[in-house]
Amino acid sequence: MAILIDKYTRVLVQGITGRDGSFHTRQMLDYGTSVVAGVTPGKKGQSLEGVPVFNTVQEAVHETGANCSIIFVPPRFAADAVLEAADARVPLIICITEGVPVQDMIPVYDYVRKQGCRLIGPNCPGLISPGAAKVGIMPGHIHTPGRIGVISRSGTLTYELVYQLTRAGLGQSSCVGIGGDPIIGTKFIDLLELFEADSDTDAVVLLGEIGGNDEETAAEYIAKNMKKPVVSFISGRTAPPGKRMGHAGAIISGSSGTAEAKIEALNAAGVPVGETPPQVVELLMERLKA
Amino acid sequence: MKLHEFQAKEVFTKYGLRIPQGIPAFSVAEVKEAVQRLSQANPSLQKVVLKSQVHVGGRGKAGGIKVVNLSDAEAVSETLFGMDIKGLPVHKLLVEEAINIAKEYYVGITLDRNARKTILMASSMGGVDIEEVAESHPEAIIKVWVDPNIGLTDYQIKQVIYGANLPAESAGFIKALYKIYTENDCSIAEINPLIVTADGQVIAGDAKIDIDDNALFRHSELLSYQDPAEVDPNELDAKAAGLTYIELEGDIGCVVNGAGLAMATMDAVKYGGGQPANFLDIGGSSNPAKVTAAMKILKRKNVKGILFNIFGGITRCDDVAKGIISALDSMGGIDIPLVIRLTGTNEELAREILTAKGINAGSSMTDAVSEIIKLTKG
Repeated sequence: MAILIDKYTRVLVQGITGRDGSFHTRQMLDYGTSVVAGVTPGKKGQSLEGVPVFNTVQEAVHETGANCSIIFVPPRFAADAVLEAADARVPLIICITEGVPVQDMIPVYDYVRKQGCRLIGPNCPGLISPGAAKVGIMPGHIHTPGRIGVISRSGTLTYELVYQLTRAGLGQSSCVGIGGDPIIGTKFIDLLELFEADSDTDAVVLLGEIGGNDEETAAEYIAKNMKKPVVSFISGRTAPPGKRMGHAGAIISGSSGTAEAKIEALNAAGVPVGETPPQVVELLMERLKA
Repeated sequence: MKLHEFQAKEVFTKYGLRIPQGIPAFSVAEVKEAVQRLSQANPSLQKVVLKSQVHVGGRGKAGGIKVVNLSDAEAVSETLFGMDIKGLPVHKLLVEEAINIAKEYYVGITLDRNARKTILMASSMGGVDIEEVAESHPEAIIKVWVDPNIGLTDYQIKQVIYGANLPAESAGFIKALYKIYTENDCSIAEINPLIVTADGQVIAGDAKIDIDDNALFRHSELLSYQDPAEVDPNELDAKAAGLTYIELEGDIGCVVNGAGLAMATMDAVKYGGGQPANFLDIGGSSNPAKVTAAMKILKRKNVKGILFNIFGGITRCDDVAKGIISALDSMGGIDIPLVIRLTGTNEELAREILTAKGINAGSSMTDAVSEIIKLTKG
C-alpha cells in the first residue's frame, strides 16, 4: 500500500485559490487524488472544481475530515500556514513553498514534532503513490505503479530518474521529494525506515545532493537497519565550494557537504552510487537480480 | 548574502560590541586619510592593520592582511589594491588600529542542520580556521544548542565561558552576538578572534556575518550592504532575469530547469569528458523571456556550445522552445553548436515549433550530453 498516502488520503489545499494552488489542485484531482477542502482566508463559501473553500484549517478539518494538507502560500506566510495545520493536528503536512526564511522553520519544526504531525518540505515537490494519489506538483503521467521507492532532495532530477525507471519497466510504490532547504521536516532516514517496513516496496533509490550530511547519516542507517537494496545518486560533484546551487541547502561550506564525502559514505554502507541517472537505473536492476 | 568585515563591524557597533578603531578605504589616498584620522584620535598609535575586504576566508594566509608602520601604510596598500585573493580582486581595505593581543578566542553562532537548532560554539583556540580546530582538537570547541521556545539562556552562556575558558567579559559579547544573529536572520554570526588585549580589554578582532537570502525581504536596511563588485556581472544579470546562475570555468553552456537536474547535468558533462561553463536553473515557470536572457548571458561568456536539458513539469517545453526561437531571432542566429533535449509537458508541441525552424531536439539526456561534448571538442 505504498507509504504516507494512498487513495483514501483526504487532502486539504492551503492557498487553494492562488495561481499555483488552483492549478495544482486541478492536476491532483485529474490524477484521482481525493482533494476534499481548500483554505484561503476570506474566501469561505467559494469552491474550486467542486472543492469547498474555508477560512481556516481548523474549520476545513472539522467539516471534511481532511488528514493531509498541502501548502501553496507565499514564503513569508508559509511558516504560519504549517503552524496552523499542526495546530489542527493534520497528521501529514506538505509544504511546497520555496524561499521560507530558515530561522522561521526552527520553531515550526519543533511545534510540528510536539503536535505529533509529520512535515514534508519546505521547498519540495511533494509526494506521489502512483496509481493511488498525488499530493504534489510532479507530472503524474511519468510515473507508473510498481515496487521501487524513491526519496529525493530535488524536483526535476526526481522526474528524470522516475522517467528512466518507468522506461526500464520499473514502477514506483511511492516517490517523496523531501525538499532542498537546510531545515526540512522529514529526512532520508525517516523515509528509509518507512520503505523498509513497506510490504509493497522492494528497493529504494536515494537522490542526494551536496550540502549538509543527511546522506552520510542515511548511509549509516542503511548499513545498520536496511535489508532492502538501496542505490543512490549525488548531484553536485562539479559544484564549486561556497556557492548556493539553487537550493538553499545545496552548498559546500568549508570541507563539509561535498559529493565525495557522501559517495564514500554510501559506498562504505554497500550502496552503489551512479554517475548519471541512467546508470542509477542499471545499478538498481543489477541489485534486483542479485 | 555575505557582509564584508567593515560592514559586519558596523552592525557590531550598533549592538554595542567593542571593535578596534577602523575606517574603510577604497583607494590609496583614502588609506592615507584614514591613517591620519586614526593617529589624530590616538596619538600613541604606531601601527595599523590593512585588511583586504573580499568575500573569502583565509585572507591572512593569502597575504591579504598586513600589519604596518604608519609611514608604510600607503605603499603597502598599493600592493594590496593590486592583489587577487582566491580570484577576487581587492577593491577595499579596512584600515584599523593595531591591537596588542594577549590571547585570542573564537565565538560563533550558526544553524545546526542535524539538530534543526541554532548552535553556539566557543573555543580558546581563536584566530585560526575553526574548521581546522574542529579537525585537530574537537574537544577544544564547546557547543550549546538553543531551544527555539526559550532562546539562549544565561546558564548556557556560563557553560560556554567556563567550558572554553573565555574571559568573563565575553558574556556580553555572546549575548549581543545572539541578538544580532536572530534579529538579522543571519546564517552565521562569528567573532574570530575575540581578543583579550595586553591591558586586559576584550574586543572583537574580526566580524563575520552572512544573512539568509530567503529573509532579505524583511531586512531592507541590510540591502545596501550588497556589493555588486563582489558578484560576477553575469550572475547579477541572471538574477535580474529571475534565473539562478553560477559561473564555472568550463566552455559548455548549460540551460536546465530545476537545481538538482542542473547540477546533475553539469556532472554528466564533466563525466563525459567536457567542462561545464555554468550552473543555470531557469526555474519552474515557463517564461520564454528567461530562456532568451539565459542564452544571451551564455553567448556573452563565449561558450563553445550550449546544451538545453529540460524536463517539463510545471515548465512547459513549448514555452522553452518559443524562448529559444525568440532568442535566436533577437541574436541574429547563433554560430556555436546548440543541442536541445526536451521531455515532459508539451514536448511534442515544442518539437514542432523547433523543427519548423530547422532545429532538432532529442529526448535523451545521455545522448544530448555526448552530442554537445562531441560538437565542442577541439
